Amino acid sequence: MFKIFEAIGRYFILMGKVFSRPEKWSIYWRRTLDEVEALGINSIPLTAIISVFIGAVITLQMSISLESPFIPQYMIGYATKETMILEFSSTVVAIILAGKVGSNIASEIGTMRITEQIDALEIMGINSAAYLILPKIIATMFFFPLLAASSMIIGMAGGYLIAVFTGIMIPDDYIEGLRYCYVPWEIAYSLIKMTVFAYIITSISAFCGYYAKGNSLEVGRASTQAVVASSITIMIFNLILTQILLT
Amino acid sequence: MIKCHNIFKSFDGRTVLDDISVEFETGKTNLIIGRSGSGKTVLLKTLVGLHTPDSGSIHFDDVCYTELSFEERKRIRKDIGMIFQGGALIDSSTVYENVRLPLDLFTNQSAAEKDERVRFCLERVELSHAGHLYPSELSGGMIKRAAIARAIVLNPKYLFCDEPNSGLDPQTSIVIDNLIHDITVEYNITTIINTHDMNSVMEIGEKIVYIHQGKKWWEGNKDEILHADNKELNDFVFASAMAKRAKMSL
Ligand SMILES: Nc1ncnc2c1ncn2[C@@H]1O[C@H](COP(=O)(O)OP(=O)(O)O)[C@@H](O)[C@H]1O
Ligand SMILES: [Mg+2]
Repeated sequence: MFKIFEAIGRYFILMGKVFSRPEKWSIYWRRTLDEVEALGINSIPLTAIISVFIGAVITLQMSISLESPFIPQYMIGYATKETMILEFSSTVVAIILAGKVGSNIASEIGTMRITEQIDALEIMGINSAAYLILPKIIATMFFFPLLAASSMIIGMAGGYLIAVFTGIMIPDDYIEGLRYCYVPWEIAYSLIKMTVFAYIITSISAFCGYYAKGNSLEVGRASTQAVVASSITIMIFNLILTQILLT
Repeated sequence: MIKCHNIFKSFDGRTVLDDISVEFETGKTNLIIGRSGSGKTVLLKTLVGLHTPDSGSIHFDDVCYTELSFEERKRIRKDIGMIFQGGALIDSSTVYENVRLPLDLFTNQSAAEKDERVRFCLERVELSHAGHLYPSELSGGMIKRAAIARAIVLNPKYLFCDEPNSGLDPQTSIVIDNLIHDITVEYNITTIINTHDMNSVMEIGEKIVYIHQGKKWWEGNKDEILHADNKELNDFVFASAMAKRAKMSL
C-alpha cells in the first residue's frame, strides 16, 4: 500500500519535470509533430476497424432486443448513436489505445532508460523528462479527441451499413434515429473525456517506462504495468467525469 | 583537472563507493580500472552528476560541482562529453541527427554552420559515409565512434568514457583507444576512461586508478603498474595465463 503512495509521489515529481520550461521551443515543436504521426495517425486504422464493427454489432443487437410493435424502428439508430457517443468512442477506444499506445510509450522510454539513452540526454544538459514526454502528451491530447470524433462517425456508419446489407431495418429509419434528440453537449462531454484519458494514458505509461531499470524483462513488465495502471485510472476518471459533466 | 574528495555512495544501504579521493589530470587519458562490479560506472556517473554522492566533493577545475544549483550544473554539462558503455545513441535518430542534437539544443548556429561542425566531427571519427544510418544498422565499433563524435561536437573540456571498447575485437579496441587519446591531447581535454581491458592500460594508461570493491587500492601509471606490489592489483593485472607467464620471466 505504501508503495502505491510512493509511486504517486514520484509520478507528480516527474510531471513537475515534464512541465518545466523547455530549452528550445523549435525542437519541441518538431518532436510533437513526429509524435502526432507515431502515436496518433498510426492509430487511425485500428480505431476505424474496431469502430465500424462495434457500430454494426450494436445496431444488430438493438434490432433484436428492440423488436416490438410498440417501439419505433428509429430507436435502434438512436440507441446506436448514444452508445457510440457516450461511451464507446471515448472510454472503450481509450482502453484500446491504452493497450496500443501506452505499451508502445512505456517500452520505448523504458528501453531508452536501460540503454542509458536517457542518461546521455541528461549529460548533454537536456531535461530528458520534458524532452521525451511533453511532445507525447501534447500530441495525444490533441489527436485522441480527433480519433474519438472519427470513431463516432465511423461507428454510426457501420450501423448504417449493416442496416443496408442485412435489411434488418429501413436505412432511412436508422438515419432518423441518428438525428433524433440531438444533444451537442454529449459530444463535447465525450471529447473532453478523451482529452483527459489521453493525458492519463501518456503520462502514466511514460512514468512506468521512465523509472524502468534492469533488463529487457523489466521493460516488458513496465509496459504491462502501464496498460493496467492507465486502464484502471481511465475507469475511475470515467466515473468522476461523468458525475461532473452529465449530472 | 577534475578532483574528487572522500566520495561515498551507497544504494539501499549497500556501500558501492567507499571514500574515494582522486585527481584526474588535464590533457591526459586517466584510467579507472577494476573488475566488473567494482563500482567504476557508479564512480563515473557520480563524477558527472548522474548519481548524487552521499558525501564528498567534486571539483571541475576551480568549480565545486557538488555545491552548484541545478541550473548552474547545466552550464557545466555543456562542457562535458560522455561515451556510454552501449553507445546510448538515440535509436530513433540517424547518426547525423545524433551528432547534431547538442548543437540544435545549445547553439544558435545556422543550419550551414551546424552541418559543417557535424561533418567535421564525423570525419574525425571516420564515419563520414555513415551519417544517414540508424544506430541499429551500425557495427559495435561504429556505434562507439558515433558516440565519440556526439561527445566532442560541442568541444568539451571534460570527456568521460565508460568501457569504450567493451564488446569490440582487440584491433578495433586499439583504434578506439588511440582515437580517444589523440582527441584528448589535440584539444587538451581532461579525459576519464573506465576499463577492465589491460591492453588499453598498456596503450594509453597515463594515469591509472585501481578500484576494488568500491575502494581506491592503487594509483600510478602504466610503467609503474607492472612492478606494483599490491596483491589485489597483481591479480587483476596478471589475470590471464599468458600474462602470468610473462610476469614469471619479468
Ligand atoms: N542504480 C543502482 N542501484 C543499485 N545498485 C547499483 C546501481 N548501479 C550500480 N549498482 C551496484 O553497484 C555495484 C557497482 O556497479 P558498477 O559501477 O556498474 O560496476 P562496474 O565496475 O562493473 O562498472 C554493483 O554491485 C551494482 O549492483
Ligand atoms: Mg560498468
